[in-house]
This record gives sequence, C-alpha cells and structure tokens, in this order.
Amino acid sequence: MDTQQQILHYVLRLGDNALISGHRLGEWCSNAPILEEDLALTNFALDYIGRAENLYQYAAKLENKGHDEDFFAYRRSERDFQNHLLTELPNNNFADTMARLWFLSLYEFYLYNELCSSHDETIAAIAQKSIKEIKYHLRHTKEWVLRLGDGTSESHYKMQKAINDYWMYTGELFEMDTIDHEMLNLGIGINPQNIYSLWLKDVKETLNEAQLQVPEDSYMQTGGKNGIHTEYLGFILADMQYLQRAYPDAKW
Amino acid sequence: MNADLDKQLNVFETKINEDINIEPRDWMPDDYRKHLIRQISQHAHSEVIGMQPEGNWISRAPSLRSKKILLAKIQDEGGHGLYLYSAAETLGISRDEMLHQLHEGKAKYSSIFNYPTLTWADIGAIGWLVDGAAIVNQVSLQKTSYGPYARAMVRICKEESFHQRQGYEIMTKMMQGTKDQQAMAQDAMNRWWWPSLMMFGPHDSDSPNTGNAMKWKIKRQSNDILRQKFIDKTVQQAHLIGLSIPDNKLKWNEDKKSYDHGEINWDEFIRVINGDGPCNKQRMKHHIKAHQEGEWVRKAAIAYQLKRKELINQ
Ligand SMILES: [Fe+2]
Ligand SMILES: [Fe+2]
Repeated sequence: MDTQQQILHYVLRLGDNALISGHRLGEWCSNAPILEEDLALTNFALDYIGRAENLYQYAAKLENKGHDEDFFAYRRSERDFQNHLLTELPNNNFADTMARLWFLSLYEFYLYNELCSSHDETIAAIAQKSIKEIKYHLRHTKEWVLRLGDGTSESHYKMQKAINDYWMYTGELFEMDTIDHEMLNLGIGINPQNIYSLWLKDVKETLNEAQLQVPEDSYMQTGGKNGIHTEYLGFILADMQYLQRAYPDAKW
Repeated sequence: MNADLDKQLNVFETKINEDINIEPRDWMPDDYRKHLIRQISQHAHSEVIGMQPEGNWISRAPSLRSKKILLAKIQDEGGHGLYLYSAAETLGISRDEMLHQLHEGKAKYSSIFNYPTLTWADIGAIGWLVDGAAIVNQVSLQKTSYGPYARAMVRICKEESFHQRQGYEIMTKMMQGTKDQQAMAQDAMNRWWWPSLMMFGPHDSDSPNTGNAMKWKIKRQSNDILRQKFIDKTVQQAHLIGLSIPDNKLKWNEDKKSYDHGEINWDEFIRVINGDGPCNKQRMKHHIKAHQEGEWVRKAAIAYQLKRKELINQ
C-alpha cells in the first residue's frame, strides 16, 4: 500500500465510523422518550451523515477513480467497511444508546481535537468543523449518563448494565495498526494510545459522579478495522444500500 | 347577562373585528378557547405523527444528500410540533394532557398520515403534495386571530416552503431518471393526490363547524377556497415534470380561471378519519409504545433534577 492508499484508508475509516453511527442514531426517529430528545438524536444523526459525506468526498478525490461520495456509502460490502464494532451495535434501550454515544463522543473529542492540526489540510478542515458538533454530543450524552446513573434505581441499573455491556467494545477505539503508524509519522493522524489515558480518566470521573462502577478490565473485542464485523453490519447495509443496489443505473 | 361578562365579550369582539390579535392573558369566550385547543393540539399531533411515515425512509434514503435533507425535514416537523404544543399550552392545557388525549383517541391528527410510505417516491410526494397542501392552509392561518398560533404559523411557513421544494425536487429527479423511477413517481402521485385534496376537509356546503371559527377569525378562508388554490398551483407543477393527475375530470375552466376537478371520495375520507385507514392503528401503537418505553427515562430525569435541587438547598 503506498502512502496515498494509506491516507485513503485512514479517511475511509473516519467516514465509515461517522456513517454507521449516523445510521444507528437515525433509527431513533419517532422512538425517543420525549420529543426534544427525538430532535436531539436525529440532529446528531444529521451531524454524522454530514461528516461522512465530507470524508467520502475527500476519499473520492484521493482514490481518483471517478467515484463520488455515495459510492463509498452505498456500493461497498460488509468486508470493505472499517468502522469500529461499537458504532454498529443495535440501539437497544435509551441508556444503551447514551452509553455507546458517550463512549464514542469522548473518544471523538480527543481524536478530532488532534486532527484539527493534521498536516493534511482537508482532514484538518473537516475536523475543525466536526469538533463543534462533537463537543455538543459529548455534553449532551454526559448529562444523560449522569441523569440516568444518579436518577432512579431502575435508570441506575440500566445505565450500569449499558456501561458494562459496551465496555468490551471500547478497546478497539485505541488500537494502532500499520496505517495508524504511518499516519502518525506523516503528522496526518494521531496516536490513539496517547488519547486512551485521557479518555479513561474522563470516563472514570464521570462514572464516579454518576454513582456508577467502572467495569473491570476484560477481553476487548476487535475486528472492525480489518473489516471483520458483527452480524449486525450486514443488515445495516442491506437496509441502507437497498435502492442503490436494486436500481444501479438510477440517480436520486 | 352579567354586565362584566358583557363588557369583556364586547372588548373581545371589537378586537376580532379590528384584526387585533387575542393574547393568552386576554379574556376570551370558553368556546373560542376550546376550539383553539382542539385545533392547535391536533395540528401539533399531526406534525409529530407525520414523523413516522417519513422516518420510515431515513435508513433507506438513496444518497447521503437525500438522507441529510430528510433528517433535517423531519427535525423541522418535530420542531413545529414543539412550537405548537407551546402555543396550545398558553391556553391552559399541558403537553401531557394533550398526549393523553391523543392516546385515548380524543384528539385527532391529520388523516393523511394514516397512509403508508411504500417507496422512496412517497417521500417526494409527501414533501411536494402534503407539505404543499399544509402551506396553503398555514399561510392562511398566519392571519388567525390568536396571537401565539399566528406567530407559530409565520415561523413554520418559512420551513414548509423548503420542504415543498425539496419534495418537488425528488419527484423531478425521478421523472428525469429511469423508467422504473418514473413509474415509481407516477404511482406515488396516484396514491397521494386524492388524500392530499382531502386534507382541506369537507366541502363548504358540508362543514357545519366553520361558522364560529370564521366569525372568530380562527379560520380565515373556507375549505373549498383553500383546496382550489392548492389544485391550481400543483397541477401546473405536475405537468411541468411530466406527471399526470389521476383525475379524468380535471379540466381548466376559463371562466373561473381555475381547474374543475372530479368528485372526492368522501366515504374514504370518513372511513380513514374514523380509524380504518391503512395505518391508523400502526401510528397510534407506535406513538404509545415509544411514550411508554420512555417513561423510566422521564422519571429518572425528574428524580435527578430533584436530587440536584436538594443538594443546592442543603
Ligand atoms: Fe410541519
Ligand atoms: Fe413540513
């Protein structure tokens, strides 16, 4: 893989994470506990889809094969996607969605903060646009972790269970492979291990404040970066890509 | 009649006659208040229930751009629901009570949302026809006599015209596309045209309720006049992109400078309003389920807030 190819992969990973997260959040439409929250969740979905669009537009340019942004979202298959497993897990209940989104937003906060000064101008520009949204997602989800953790006994139980259930999917966020090393060397990407300690410190602080336990370290799931996904991803793609696949000649 | 009441009624009627808005703290007849609560809450519920048929296509929107537009539109509709619930709350009813009435079947929502969105073209048809019909009605309501309702309409109308254009854009693209896309667009047109005309309600000769509403200037133009406006602007838009209107009696009438149309199927209208539309049960079940499943979250938020207050007071 040459450098151009590696940058392409790096950008696609960022794009895939945004797209799949956005897809899951969009599923909350008309299902949230209150109307205000319905609007917040679909608004976050919109932020993510917008980010994916920008990243895929850049990917199309890097790839230079005449594809557009929709190609990357709609015409690639399960094994091509490189998003983290955490983004593709089902929404389940409100506490589950909030726990997952909080873990992700906190990770994205540190990631995109550093990407704002990436040597790749396009990535830096996208990061600067995204960081504002991410800060808002982080504040919103953190508030819900606190509310639910320190709300009623039922909400506490559900939030603790959500934290425990998703914990094994957080390790993957901080994995480093050859592409990450190369991007770090070029000053384009970041060292995910450097942000892990920051992430963990904030997680512990918030869980503590929310009267929640920090889960014990256990086996961490892995695979997303290599296109080895959960069974859920295939259904997401079947749903999302159906029109583009069924009518390949159509423009929408 | 008690002299005080007489005087208050007089002030109220003078304001109505002089087109001065009635505001929440003003005295108003009970029937005026009741009529508004019913109408505004129904309007709010329509915005919210309408999120279901459109939300049905978020995951399948065929491009990132169209997915963004749809997500933003549905958010706008939810936002309209919020303004309208607030406007109704100024009349002395809570959002909880309004939701309760909806779930009990005592409050209605626009019957149009009891039809299913079967293909992507339905998203175009809803934006273009359903929002298009809603705009005609809402533009007229910008001059309604109750201040908070009128102001909500001004805000809402700006966004609705975007929705209408975006819906028309979907239809235009499909009509310029493949044979399959054209067929899909025409099929959506065929299914949504008549229900859209029904959105304006019964013919003027058959709507006994409008008397007071017109007198009090809650409603400013009659059902038939509004419907005619919608038909006249929409038929031309349809023809421009090659869609035909599923009405063989539709004909330009040179004398009245507008279109004559065929008879609306009022049996279907009444049947769907009374609960036997294709999706009535599904829509209510969905709304009630989400509301019930969210109860523990709302309770937790309240409990948390109380704990915070106690901490501050200690
Ligand atoms: Fe609306
Ligand atoms: Fe609308």
